[in-house]
Amino acid sequence: MASMRDIKRRRASIQSTEQITKAMKLVSTVKLQKSKTRAEESAPYFNMMYDTICSILRRSGNIEHKYLQAGASKKKAVIAITSNRGLAGGYNNNIIRLITGSEELPAADTEVYAIGRKGRDGLVRKGYHIKADYSEVINEPTYQDASEITTELLEAFARGEIGEIYLAYTFFKNTVTHIPKLVKLLPVEATTEDGEGQGKDLLMNYEPNEDEVLNAIIPKYMSSLIYGGLLEALASENGARMTAMDSATSNAEEMIEALSLQYNRARQGSITQELTEIIAGANAIS
Amino acid sequence: MADVFKLEIITPDKTFYQGEAQMVELTTTEGQIGVYARHIPLTAIVAPGILKIHEGSEVKRATLMAGFIQVMPEQVTIMAEVAEWPEEIDEKRAQEAKGRAEKRLAGGGAELDVSRAELALKRALVRLEARH
Repeated sequence: MASMRDIKRRRASIQSTEQITKAMKLVSTVKLQKSKTRAEESAPYFNMMYDTICSILRRSGNIEHKYLQAGASKKKAVIAITSNRGLAGGYNNNIIRLITGSEELPAADTEVYAIGRKGRDGLVRKGYHIKADYSEVINEPTYQDASEITTELLEAFARGEIGEIYLAYTFFKNTVTHIPKLVKLLPVEATTEDGEGQGKDLLMNYEPNEDEVLNAIIPKYMSSLIYGGLLEALASENGARMTAMDSATSNAEEMIEALSLQYNRARQGSITQELTEIIAGANAIS
Repeated sequence: MADVFKLEIITPDKTFYQGEAQMVELTTTEGQIGVYARHIPLTAIVAPGILKIHEGSEVKRATLMAGFIQVMPEQVTIMAEVAEWPEEIDEKRAQEAKGRAEKRLAGGGAELDVSRAELALKRALVRLEARH
């Protein structure tokens, strides 16, 4: 049986770990609230953008546009949104597994645009090539950041370095459910199903013309998807961390309870033993 | 009373404006337009400019930087990347941005991105105009 001192030391160390996990849980709860609100507020823009793009593509029929066809290069780019810090359960690993597990993104033909250090490091270990690293962005994502990444990607697309662009992020369904998602950004894929939307039979006019409008809108569409992805991912990260820290705290509590029991038993044992020794000693004298 | 239509202005961070308007004026890449109810369907690209929302006898002003507008007979949606009410504008910052852009344009130089500097200048001017 471990000595009393060992048990005590172990318990103290678990207690201080528990304090840390408890504090982290509180912090991520607050952060979750904030990032959840932001993600919810950005949702209308994001959804509207998607609807608009789909309705434009549906109405305009088969238009030829550079953003609607895959580039000649067989290289693919993926934007991997993960976190800069760990201790968030399976959050980062899920994204890494999503990318390594998908058939469209083999390590040899994929350029990774990493947002988040954890994902970057994980993908490097799996043999992926990191083209660019925007890890600071995830700390405080702004729409501007998303536009800058979009510009960079579109330039690479225009130069023919990459043929397709994907976005890997964690969709925030609710506080406990986060779904890793892989979305194709370019070429834009029009949904074939007909939306209900009003006036879908109306003939849309474009100013100055379809090409120019698509040229202007598709980058915005990409930025909005990336921005939406960033906000969703941030909310998911905090949610995942909160859940992870919650279970860590309750595990620590369980361990402390078990150790306290062990400690008390050991203490009782040692007192009993001492008493027995004293009595035995007294008996021997008399 | 003139017909009204539903107007929505959405930015990435929030729904900027939602309401019923009689007319909305804004600048597109093709020039200034005014939209009344029952306009033909139209999609156009927004250029930096002042947005005026005519709501009854009241006219609300805001700045609109980039984005696009989708017009339907009963509904107008503006997807704006940046939109601000006049009271949200930081005048000092806009002044500084104007100075910087002017200096860059005047300075020239090989790697000067003229269109970008001009756009920055335009944005600063629009902000200052909305403020007054």
